[in-house]
Amino acid sequence: MTHRLPIAAALLLALAGPSAAVAGPAPLAAQGCVGCHGPEGRGAGAVPALAGRDAAELQALLNAFRSGDRPATIMTRIVPGYSEEELAAVAAHFAGLR
Amino acid sequence: MLLPALLAAPALARAQGQARLVVVGGGFGGASAARFARMTAPEVAVTLIEPQPRFITCPYGNLVLGGLRDIESIAFGYERLAARGVRVVQDRALGIDPVARTVRLGGGDTLGYDRLILSPGIALRWNAIEGYDAAAAEMMPHAWIAGDGAQLRLLRRQLQALPEGGVVGIAIPPNPFRCPPGPYERISMIAAWLKRHRPRAKILALDAKERFSKQPLFQDAWRALYGGMIEWVPGNVDGRVVRVEPGAGVLETELGTRHRVDVANVIPPQSAAAVALDSGLADRTGWVPVDFRTFEARNAPGIHVIGDANQPGPMPKSGFVANNTAKQAVASALAALRGTAPPEGVYFNTCYSHVADDYGISIVGLFRPNADGSAVEESRDAGGTSPRGDLPEQRRLEARYADGWYESITADMFS
Ligand SMILES: Cc1cc2nc3c(=O)[nH]c(=O)nc-3n(C[C@H](O)[C@H](O)[C@H](O)COP(=O)(O)OP(=O)(O)OC[C@H]3O[C@@H](n4cnc5c(N)ncnc54)[C@H](O)[C@@H]3O)c2cc1C
Ligand code: HEC
Repeated sequence: MTHRLPIAAALLLALAGPSAAVAGPAPLAAQGCVGCHGPEGRGAGAVPALAGRDAAELQALLNAFRSGDRPATIMTRIVPGYSEEELAAVAAHFAGLR
Repeated sequence: MLLPALLAAPALARAQGQARLVVVGGGFGGASAARFARMTAPEVAVTLIEPQPRFITCPYGNLVLGGLRDIESIAFGYERLAARGVRVVQDRALGIDPVARTVRLGGGDTLGYDRLILSPGIALRWNAIEGYDAAAAEMMPHAWIAGDGAQLRLLRRQLQALPEGGVVGIAIPPNPFRCPPGPYERISMIAAWLKRHRPRAKILALDAKERFSKQPLFQDAWRALYGGMIEWVPGNVDGRVVRVEPGAGVLETELGTRHRVDVANVIPPQSAAAVALDSGLADRTGWVPVDFRTFEARNAPGIHVIGDANQPGPMPKSGFVANNTAKQAVASALAALRGTAPPEGVYFNTCYSHVADDYGISIVGLFRPNADGSAVEESRDAGGTSPRGDLPEQRRLEARYADGWYESITADMFS
């Protein structure tokens, strides 16, 4: 692949790369959630906040949606599309935000 | 810190110190991309090109017609994006040169980029319906591209001037088009307004299709809430509008039936926006083929095309998808600049529709690109529509959650 990026700019990116990725709202699976749960998971109107909550609590809620134990208008249609690993990463991500 | 030293290095030409991400279009895809880029890659220079001083959302425009919202509540400025460090250029992109990697602007400037995110939305295919051109739209509004809000205001004024017992005609295009459930939410919201203010008026929905998004849910609700007010005519019983006479208020269908209506809302067939066509990015279908792993245009490396302009597939042309895939496009653009692999894609959509003030329904879809990025596949484990049946609490809650979605997604674009 050829990228016509000036060498200096490529260098800058290479230097800033990994730390920027950690600072940002990775993983990308979480970006589906923020469409309803607010930017950075802060909550929006009646949709509950996810940011800063205990990761284990979030995962327990997600598991309850998956099993159908927790009645919901929409989360039961969302959770089964993601793998356990994806949701664990998403829960950890939101738990780490405040 | 190494960065300042590097930036000051004499070998650096001024414009080359920072990688340049240029975003064309400040709507659902573009504003989301610009904000996300600032949040995740502060070292990259982000420029947003958008001709309108503020953005009026198509979503919730139907609620304006229903009298549930006013236009000011669905308008957003670019100030906060600018405060985040996005350089906002109020201008129109006229053309893109993918080889020189430049964008030509209406004001005469030419901007260079290292990666381009293109999210210009749709164009209306004038005269695809005979007689329906820009002039006709001043009499028979489409209100399908928000622009400065004039189309939505016009349609609202026309509804307010509708005589009691009058007929509102709505022409609905074949697939693919912007927002599959949108016309049916519009029918619902107009019905909600008429029920209150012109209870004997009728809605005649002339559709080019036989089926539509969330159809059973919409039709259940129409029966329950609006009685005989709504007549929906599918394509196979002569629903397809092929010709209009704006002066006479006539919508003519395939078999020559002439429907005279008092207000006509014509939603015409669509394509990718002009700048995508003029830059040679679209194929013969009028949409831009992309690699669904990165949203890079098939025929123009370095240009990521997101939102309604890219090639249709199982993902609907929705604001949610534009917002969501904007992030994959930005992450892929940054990865390409760093020489690393793009992240694995997982794309998400929900379209909420308001059928009445306290009555919401939804459809969910989860999508992943296939191995070579030639298509996206919809998850069979997730998704689907709200359940059918007499479920007032589910409907009431979904209307409120829809408001939460709207607040959320617009904040993810403009805050
Ligand atoms: C009535 C209605 C209801 C809808 N409801 C919903 C809903 O409830 N949920 C949902 O998810 N989606 C909904 N949608 C769909 C949603 O509006 C679109 O899918 C979404 O706007 C697509 O985003 P985009 O970035 O591709 O285009 P847009 O959001 O239209 O943004 C394109 C921007 O690019 C600018 N632009 C165009 N050409 C140029 C140029 N040459 N140079 C610079 N800038 C340019 C335009 O001014 C515009 O601001 C609805 C649509 C309609 C019509
Ligand atoms: C389309 C909107 C939407 C999306 C997208 C969405 N959610 Fe939700 N979420 C809701 C709503 C609405 C509720 C309330 C329960 C219900 O009715 O489904 C909720 C509830 C929750 C709850 C329970 C919170 C509580 O305190 O009860 C968790 C946890 C959650 N969501 C996590 C997620 C995660 C993680 C994602 C992304 C993988 C996600 N949500 C995506 C709308 C959404």
